[in-house]
Amino acid sequence: MDFLGYRRSEHCVGVRNHILIMPTVVCANQVARAISANVKSTTWFEHQHGCSQLSPDAAQTARAFIGHGTHPNVYGVVVVGLGCEVVRAQEVAAEIKAQCPNKPVHVVIIQDEGGSYKAIQAGSIAAHGMVLAASMLKRETIDISELIIGTACGGSDACSGLAANPAVGDASDLLIDAGGTSILAETPELIGAEHIIAGRAVNEDVARRCYAAIKACEDSAKAMGVDMRGGNPTPGNIEGGLSSIEEKSLGCVYKGGTRPLQDVIGWAEKITKKGLIYMDTPGNDIEQLTGMVAGGCHICVFTTGRGTPTGSPIAPTIKIASNTPMYEKMQDNMDINSGTIITGEEIIQQVGQRIFDEMLEVASGKLTKAEVLGHNDFGIWRIGPTM
Amino acid sequence: MSKMNAIIMKPQDNVATVTENIGVGVDVFAKVDGKILTTRVTDTILFGHKVAILNINVGEKIIKYGEVIGKATTSIAAGQHVHVHNLEGCRGRGDLES
Repeated sequence: MDFLGYRRSEHCVGVRNHILIMPTVVCANQVARAISANVKSTTWFEHQHGCSQLSPDAAQTARAFIGHGTHPNVYGVVVVGLGCEVVRAQEVAAEIKAQCPNKPVHVVIIQDEGGSYKAIQAGSIAAHGMVLAASMLKRETIDISELIIGTACGGSDACSGLAANPAVGDASDLLIDAGGTSILAETPELIGAEHIIAGRAVNEDVARRCYAAIKACEDSAKAMGVDMRGGNPTPGNIEGGLSSIEEKSLGCVYKGGTRPLQDVIGWAEKITKKGLIYMDTPGNDIEQLTGMVAGGCHICVFTTGRGTPTGSPIAPTIKIASNTPMYEKMQDNMDINSGTIITGEEIIQQVGQRIFDEMLEVASGKLTKAEVLGHNDFGIWRIGPTM
Repeated sequence: MSKMNAIIMKPQDNVATVTENIGVGVDVFAKVDGKILTTRVTDTILFGHKVAILNINVGEKIIKYGEVIGKATTSIAAGQHVHVHNLEGCRGRGDLES
């Protein structure tokens, strides 16, 4: 089985060919936005961070930027910084270049260029050249074993755990059996289901790290001194029928399918092993998406019950509706309907196969609704205070 | 034969999840373990919400997917809506830490 993708190097392939305009500090957002607006066929994102952060927190933020810049879906990147911030654009760019010596990387520092307009001009000229160069590349046949998907759920309802997530788990199993890789994330939504995922760990160390990550998450929730219900599960989850974090987790864990758990990695850490991997991320849709993409997911497969439009700026995000009424209501945003499982029209394996087939189509260039809408959602998981 | 209007995931479950809005006095039908279980509903149960298929005592575990999803905070009769008004989760309970 194969798809048509972009070969970046011997062991590195992409499913898109983006030119990314990336601000590495909040102060550079507007210049990045203007560069992207000037140069058609670029993508960009904005965020609220990159400064006033203490060392370990700043390093985690930098890791998300580096992960997006080095991502194989990105042909070239213009890194935009201000000049005085903690997470330095020059260092992020240098690290991207060190990891990807053949990738065009251009740095724009607003203070060095002499203000916003000159920075916009410098970044636009660089991006212009990258877009032209990228347009010369051709897709080639790539074996499916090189594909990495990130599984996600957001705006879940009761049908997410009954239909959409089991179908995604089935697709995840199909990909892993073909030699590919699937990421399970969202640690709060494993509280109550940790035994199910840890029970499939390939060894004691992986199981221990799995339990440790989930316990740390639950401890941090309890440290606030409140019942986590209402924060996670959210009011929308609750309206949709989910009554506790345990119930939500038992439905969420289905996304991970049934295959053995190979490794546990941290938020935005590089995915280096094949098979099923658990990445420790928040349940927050945008932060978990950003973490999985920064780690190297080519595509995100994202289930939703209440309906969410979320999409990554550089990784196509396939939206799976958990129920038919929402699928029909939110046609702008939904790619696949798994509600046929609820109505009995299809069984889980049939929808799993449809999702798997869609993954290959999207990998080969088919656009997702989130891409057509221009979604560029990006969220940093902060682990320290703002100073 | 009536169409199924609820899902029971595992035979150990004491709740079913309805797949359409169910009015008071309507029967729910769910297939589990090759059998069809039926319960007459005594509350309005919205699409995706749970209904007790057995009587559940206060403090008893509520089972879905064959796993514990919480505890009953009051006694619940078969046919009643099971949700945040009579189910409390056991995990992430920072409010219970002293």
